[in-house]
Amino acid sequence: MAEAEQIKPRTLPYVSAIAEGVRTVMQEQPDAFVAGEDVAGAGGVYGYYTGILQEFGPERVYDTPISEEGIVGLGVGAAATGCRPIIDLMFMDFLGECMDEVANQLAKMRYMFGGAATLPVTMLTMAGAGASLAAQHSQSLEAWICHLPGLKVCMPITPYDAKGMIIAAARDDNPVIVVLNKMSLAVQGEVPEESYTVPLGEANVVRPGSNYTIIAFGRMLTEALKAADKLKELGVDAEVIDPRTLQPFDTATVVNSVKKTHRAMIVHEAVRFGGFGGEIAAQIQEEAFDYLDAPVARVGAPFSPVPFSPALEQHYVPNADRIVEEAKKQLGL
Amino acid sequence: MSEEISNDTLLDLHRRMVRIRRFEETAGKMMEDGKIPGALHLYVGEEAVASGVMAHLSNDDQITSTHRGHGHLIAKGGEFDRMFAELFGRETGYCKGKGGSMHISNMELGMLGANGIVGGGPPIAMGAGFSNKFRKTNNVACCFFGDGASNEGSFHEAANMAALYKLPVVFVCENNGYGEYTPQANHQAIVDVADRAPGYGMPGVIVDGMDVIAVYEAAGEAIARARAGEGPTLLECKTYRYYDHVGVRGMGLNYRTDEEVEEWQKKDPIDQFEARLAEQGILSAGDAGKVHDETLAEIEAAIKFAEDSPYPDPSAITEDVYA
Repeated sequence: MAEAEQIKPRTLPYVSAIAEGVRTVMQEQPDAFVAGEDVAGAGGVYGYYTGILQEFGPERVYDTPISEEGIVGLGVGAAATGCRPIIDLMFMDFLGECMDEVANQLAKMRYMFGGAATLPVTMLTMAGAGASLAAQHSQSLEAWICHLPGLKVCMPITPYDAKGMIIAAARDDNPVIVVLNKMSLAVQGEVPEESYTVPLGEANVVRPGSNYTIIAFGRMLTEALKAADKLKELGVDAEVIDPRTLQPFDTATVVNSVKKTHRAMIVHEAVRFGGFGGEIAAQIQEEAFDYLDAPVARVGAPFSPVPFSPALEQHYVPNADRIVEEAKKQLGL
Repeated sequence: MSEEISNDTLLDLHRRMVRIRRFEETAGKMMEDGKIPGALHLYVGEEAVASGVMAHLSNDDQITSTHRGHGHLIAKGGEFDRMFAELFGRETGYCKGKGGSMHISNMELGMLGANGIVGGGPPIAMGAGFSNKFRKTNNVACCFFGDGASNEGSFHEAANMAALYKLPVVFVCENNGYGEYTPQANHQAIVDVADRAPGYGMPGVIVDGMDVIAVYEAAGEAIARARAGEGPTLLECKTYRYYDHVGVRGMGLNYRTDEEVEEWQKKDPIDQFEARLAEQGILSAGDAGKVHDETLAEIEAAIKFAEDSPYPDPSAITEDVYA
């Protein structure tokens, strides 16, 4: 019976994969604890800490006050003195409340101390638009934190990657911010029951292709895959790459793809202007300029805060149609 | 009370204060002579606070410091040679020349850093206190901060969380009457920062920060309380910095009077304490002078060590960013 069950791959929703990642870390690392707003008694506002308090007890799972700077400071001070904290920033938008602790303490302490401090902090946070949560609960602010030397930043979007990257983040001796997506909580995917890691800094070629490269991360991966199917009908065979980790960034996988396909597009949910896509485009032109047959295209959100009304928000967040439209313009189709 | 303190401890307190004073005087002069790059915030006048608190701590107890952090590191056991090397930006410095005065630190001594951000220390100290409790050690984290930092949200969040979780933390407020160049009366409506303690659910204690024995005794109680698992204390030490916010003469801004400085200098923590030790027959003026002379000799040797040390190689710029 056990054998039959093992043969059939198990699927889990993204939210359960996150929870399983956290549980695995707590089982593997006695110095790990969870701290954040509503994470203990309530199991987290999105439910990915459900059962953690019951399994690991109040000495390892802490509800905190609504004090984001305090939460990150708790992580910094505890990590510097021998713990491996998992801290939760309920919404990525709340970075503003704790940015000094993130940017000036967490990211820099090791460097400022000449390498003497080690800060194995794992921070989980929820990003993304699409739920009519308006301008302060919907942002994708990864560009803010990718600009800070000392931090690692990953954005797992499949259930498999979510579990594996949380475990990898917690085993890493650096501060790692794991940016999750609130619109993907119910998305199903295969997730092994055992512990495993998805290495930080390794992109995933999700869909191989021959004459076009789409680099898409976060929820935009799903849209890019849909767009790739549509582009196929136009004779464009798109390779879709999910970088998964933005810092450190897997330049080689992207550049190797572009050298093969000669044309590239970057898609992210964040505001296009000043977004991380600009960095990727710059790296492509630096490393593969002679291979490019067209300017690198970028798809992102317009230069506005995230609007509330569903009528506006659905046009705000990039989707497969917009990706196809941009590709057609870029390629002159 | 003071008769219960051993002579060894009294001499230790004296030595810590003298070491800070002499180091800071020398560093200040070197900065104003252009021999130390950047900005130094000097601790002259406030020596009794760091000395009185640190006399109770081991290397396994942690502190977080401020932008005015040399005194804290010296009192915690910092060595002059590696300190000067850091101020000079040399490879042999405590931070390999990457931190400088505002980030000077040493993890082995439990010194979790000076901090260029006013209010940067309290959340980290709270986290260290959390760690002490989580790891079931008997250690305490002491957080030094000023009257200026007491207005930062970070202090509020850290104080609330430390009290909520009953963490072994002592918040040591060095109230020197100024937030940078702004007098306390112009930056908060209260006179005693300790008044805020009950609002967090912790005791607030006020001591004369120019009296090392008063600080030593009050800190001893707060630290013992923290070690016993009874939670944090806010210990406010009324003190004064003789030098400018930055450097010695600093920017020459007209924000306080010479008379005010002179009034506080009459209560100098080292002069007061030396008079007391002489009166009690514990340390003669001559023997006190020897402590100063030994310290100056050590400083001279440390400066030579620092000057002879190499600058870091440019390749070090991108080292130590990640583990």
